[in-house]
Amino acid sequence: MSPSEAEEVRRRVDALYRTDSRRVLATLIRLLGSFDLAEEALHDAFTAAVEQWPTDGVPANPRAWLVSAGRFKAIDKIRRRARFDASLVEMAHTMDADDEIAPESPLGGVEDDRLRLIFTCCHPALSPDAQVALTLREVCGLTTEEIARGFLTPAPTLAQRIVRAKSKIRVARIPYEVPNRNELPERLASVLRVIYLVFNEGYYASAGQSLTRTDLSAEAIHLGRTVVDLLPEPEAIGLLALMLLTESRRAARATADGDIVLLEEQDRSLWNAALITEGTALVQAALTSRRFGPYTLQAAIAAVHAEATQASATDWKQIVGLYEVLAQADASPVVLLNRAVAIAMRDGPEAGLALIDPLLARGELEEYHFAHAARADLCRRAGRTEQARRSYLRALALARQEPERRFLQRRLSELDSD
Amino acid sequence: MKYLCLICAETVVDQMSEADAQACFEDYREFLDALRASGHYVDCNRLLPAATATTVRVQPGGRVSTVDGPFAETKEQLGGYVVIEARDLNEAIQVAARIPGARHGCVEIRPIATDAPTRYALGQSAG
Repeated sequence: MSPSEAEEVRRRVDALYRTDSRRVLATLIRLLGSFDLAEEALHDAFTAAVEQWPTDGVPANPRAWLVSAGRFKAIDKIRRRARFDASLVEMAHTMDADDEIAPESPLGGVEDDRLRLIFTCCHPALSPDAQVALTLREVCGLTTEEIARGFLTPAPTLAQRIVRAKSKIRVARIPYEVPNRNELPERLASVLRVIYLVFNEGYYASAGQSLTRTDLSAEAIHLGRTVVDLLPEPEAIGLLALMLLTESRRAARATADGDIVLLEEQDRSLWNAALITEGTALVQAALTSRRFGPYTLQAAIAAVHAEATQASATDWKQIVGLYEVLAQADASPVVLLNRAVAIAMRDGPEAGLALIDPLLARGELEEYHFAHAARADLCRRAGRTEQARRSYLRALALARQEPERRFLQRRLSELDSD
Repeated sequence: MKYLCLICAETVVDQMSEADAQACFEDYREFLDALRASGHYVDCNRLLPAATATTVRVQPGGRVSTVDGPFAETKEQLGGYVVIEARDLNEAIQVAARIPGARHGCVEIRPIATDAPTRYALGQSAG
């Protein structure tokens, strides 16, 4: 093989790593019954490909080749280690016997190791932090350092979290399977929560210098697409729609200097029309299923915003209606807060304040800076300048993200100049 | 694999009205019959209330310290346990969710160790 042909093979392997390494890993975890063994095997399989394919040629089915090479290398390693460690003998035997027997499919046809991997990483018996870290590491293939940067968490803390989660999977015997029908709603909710958490951390970065962290949002959307492909449940579709519609506004929500631009002041020509079209179609699909939930409803609200060519054309009546349905499904303080803001847009700031004040008095939103910022904004519109100032100051004391702090400071100084 | 299900609740059967207590015993009788029938049953017992607990520690010098009460004071108290045989954690969760106590309080599921040193300590295998 000529050097240029070898270079071409090299590029094929790199491309395969990007597109297929997670699928290969997911299958190896099933065959080997261990995350750590499977990761080693994945690495060995790709090393073997780099060594052998330039001379032997690229196999007809590269993914199957990689799975079988990885499995072979792992079994070989276990056998060699078993000579020194008697506890591994049984394991080596089981692996030989345990050929690629597909476990019975609980979902009739949805037979995908990637789905098993996603459900295992998002198992509710793991802590929510660990679910997020493990999903990004194993399903998305991010490095521990990348995840640590994304969540502003020290890398050793994250590594420790992943090690503990893998250990619990092994020791408490969390099975590598797609949950059966009666477990599915709770388990899918856990998967969707992880995806939404990752998306939000990328979109509303909870702290730090910048408003958004694009990489995490892109990973979340990719994960959302994977879940919808494998398991097109209405709420999975609704979540994907919500992420796409939110993402469509990314270019418009900050200035070149990284300052926040509120929804009503955004240049709507910057919104991504392709994402809006796709997101809106998904919302329709989820709504027609009649088995939708909170994600679909939030996506429907985002779709109503998306169809308004200018802020003044927003159909607030429809948005309030959707918040009413959402509040019936999920009467959390944050949902009630958003509903109050929508009512203020429909009926005027005093109507919103009449709802927000008792809500704040309940106490659950006391530390939530958006609640104080929302109240401040309604007071400002209602001409209650002194109350607006107090609420902006309270929000400022709680906000940890620089662009948000600058926004609140700007609002405060505007109050002074009025 | 064996799992220990620790049943915790704020109110245990000793603190219930006679009618409630009787209903509770009926619930467990029914649950345990089903558990035996499905092959998950290994062991089950009820504990007397936390007020009857005594905690013992041996101090470094060998002195025995005896204290009234459970080792951890919590609002919920350990009321009993079930040991089950389950294929994996998912099956254990499904079984634990059927324990009557899970409706009033909560159930903690703990895998039971089966490693060689443990089996040795239990006298189940030669060291």
